[in-house]
Amino acid sequence: MPLNRRHLLGIEDLDPVEIELILKTGESFREISARPIKKVPALRGKTIINLFFEPSTRTRSSFEIAAKRLSADTVNFSHSSSSALKGETIIDTVKNLQSMAPDALVVRHPASGIPLVLSKHVKCCVINAGDGMHEHPTQALLDMMTIREHKQKLKGLKVAIIGDIRHSRVARSNIYGLTKMGAKVWLCGPPTLLPREFEQFDVRLTWDIREALEKADVAIMLRIQLERQGENFFPSVKEYFDRFGLDRDKLRLAKPDVLVMHPGPINRGVEISSEVADGEFSVILEQVANGIAVRMALLYLLLLPGASTQVVWD
Amino acid sequence: MTILFRGAHIVDPGSNWDGLGDLLVENGRIAEVRKSLPPEKGWEIIDAAGLILTPGLIDMHVHLREPGREDEETIESGCRSAVVGGFSSVACMPNTDPVNDSETVTRFILEKARAAGTANVYPVGAISKGSRGEQLAEIGEMVKAGARAISDDGHPIMNAQLMRRAMEYASMFDIAVIDHCEDTYLAAAGSMNEGRASVRLGLSGMHSCAEDVQVARDVILAEVTGARVHIAHLSSARSLSMVSRAKEKSAPVTCEVTPHHLILTDEDIVDYDTNFKMYPPLRSRADRKALLAGLADGTIDAIASDHAPHNADEKMLDFQNAPFGILGLETTLPLAVTHLVRKKVIDWSRLVELLSRNPARILKLESKGSLKTGSDADITLIDPRISWTIERPKLRSRSRNTPFEGWKVYGRCVGTMVGGRWVFQELNVAR
Repeated sequence: MPLNRRHLLGIEDLDPVEIELILKTGESFREISARPIKKVPALRGKTIINLFFEPSTRTRSSFEIAAKRLSADTVNFSHSSSSALKGETIIDTVKNLQSMAPDALVVRHPASGIPLVLSKHVKCCVINAGDGMHEHPTQALLDMMTIREHKQKLKGLKVAIIGDIRHSRVARSNIYGLTKMGAKVWLCGPPTLLPREFEQFDVRLTWDIREALEKADVAIMLRIQLERQGENFFPSVKEYFDRFGLDRDKLRLAKPDVLVMHPGPINRGVEISSEVADGEFSVILEQVANGIAVRMALLYLLLLPGASTQVVWD
Repeated sequence: MTILFRGAHIVDPGSNWDGLGDLLVENGRIAEVRKSLPPEKGWEIIDAAGLILTPGLIDMHVHLREPGREDEETIESGCRSAVVGGFSSVACMPNTDPVNDSETVTRFILEKARAAGTANVYPVGAISKGSRGEQLAEIGEMVKAGARAISDDGHPIMNAQLMRRAMEYASMFDIAVIDHCEDTYLAAAGSMNEGRASVRLGLSGMHSCAEDVQVARDVILAEVTGARVHIAHLSSARSLSMVSRAKEKSAPVTCEVTPHHLILTDEDIVDYDTNFKMYPPLRSRADRKALLAGLADGTIDAIASDHAPHNADEKMLDFQNAPFGILGLETTLPLAVTHLVRKKVIDWSRLVELLSRNPARILKLESKGSLKTGSDADITLIDPRISWTIERPKLRSRSRNTPFEGWKVYGRCVGTMVGGRWVFQELNVAR
């Protein structure tokens, strides 16, 4: 079954069957990265442009490696967001890139909605690699893949997403993805970072991390941007960590086989203690590995719309 | 020069007229309105059967952008847009470049308007110098030069003491203090209404409380100072209830709403289209519902477009960074006819009260807003039967930023008269 869409702009408009397809394909691609020669010819002759208007090491490298392992040619454009302040410049930039006949644009931008707006101006695929506070769909896909790897399912799992929900595109994409796949999602953070309007999604809200972690199967910790302190979202890092930081004590409330996840980069001692981040429940580095597999899957499905998902190489 | 309009449906709440009649214009003034006036030799006769005839509409909140941003609008193009949209008069906000905070700029605007020779233009002077919210502007000088109200529209006054002084001082001239109510700390860097939609779109929100706390402050200051306070582009249910309470206590508070806040909500923002970005932002469904009720029950005094032309390149920025504001002069009347009158939210008479009579009262335009004998012959003729489609390329404004592109509407201005002279007339084309 093919993925019937040209772009991946968010998880909101995916249906569970499509998510299942991407995850399955991702799982079948995991093995490629374990080979001595980590390359298959699937996307030979395809050109993928990484267009990053926001600093990013991990996501950009992950997309680049994913593309290269499928034999696509990749080009990186890193725009400082200041020179890209004018939207017309972005649209002009993208129209120029379009003339170079790429097959996909992987776009990260600090403003919500830019991938969607750009998708209306180009013929190639647009993949959202994180836009403002809106969505970060590939992060949610790799998170779901990581959970499935350990739990073999998503349905019925209690997943707690803890931290700065308000500003988080990772939270939004995960909320869409996990609820569509039948998980029970709990959101936790101080009221300043957890707007009541999140109730519109099929989730539970709590200010009490203990309630969120109680018998949880998964804890997804979100990064706290230290400058939020100055904006009075919380009084101090110390107080934040005390209430919402994940340490061994609080983690005991979760199920004995709980997974601790984090989209990175982590702030040790702010939202997560080092012993938990590096501890036996942490799958943070597996998330990174799965990020490559799921991005390979996505590029494959979007760029070869007719291709079979029964991927047999060699 | 004598002109007789025959057989029009005349709507003039000022003289309690809402029905068929003839109207006689003589030497630029309204001479008479009667059931039937026999024509005399030498009169120009206009067959107005099937048309609605109202006192010239008044848009009390527009941005004409001149001086400073003539690429977006000029006084000439803005006035052309006004008369085509049925407005014989507009009040223009002072956030030009330079700001209209002096008699020099006020006179400049009036001279340009005279040269354009279409709509009447009533400048609104700034409250503070440069609209910086620090020192009072020379309000008396501006009033002497022709300013009809004061406002720091677009630059919310956070200093309550300055606002109190402005109100006290303005009382001396019996002019309205028009306030753009926005607590800039609460609104922060928001780009749309804070609510379910902003959470979904990942755009930073501005909660309606940013408007409400300033409306509350202004209502209190109006009570204390006795000054006439007019709340610009009121958009939230809570703000409306505060105005309503103030009116019950006979505080001198009035308010206006825009057509877009009456028709759209934050859930209508699609595909991050910056033509849906304005201040105040499109609010929730509950807010819109409250505004429609306030329109019907009389709490709302006026409908004003907040016509805010913006350069298309600047509107092409991403939603967060694009400027606030949309056009309104050419869409207000048809949208009101289509979504308010035809849907029976209000009747024609109430519409004319909102679009002419009350704005004239608030701005103290004694000879306007009514068709009483002796009033200026400012007249708007509307054909309510015409259905048409709003199309950006056909707008007379220099800008194109409307969210109503492609909307099918009913009712069209077919003639606008100012002081007994046609400034726009399409009677033959349209009929």
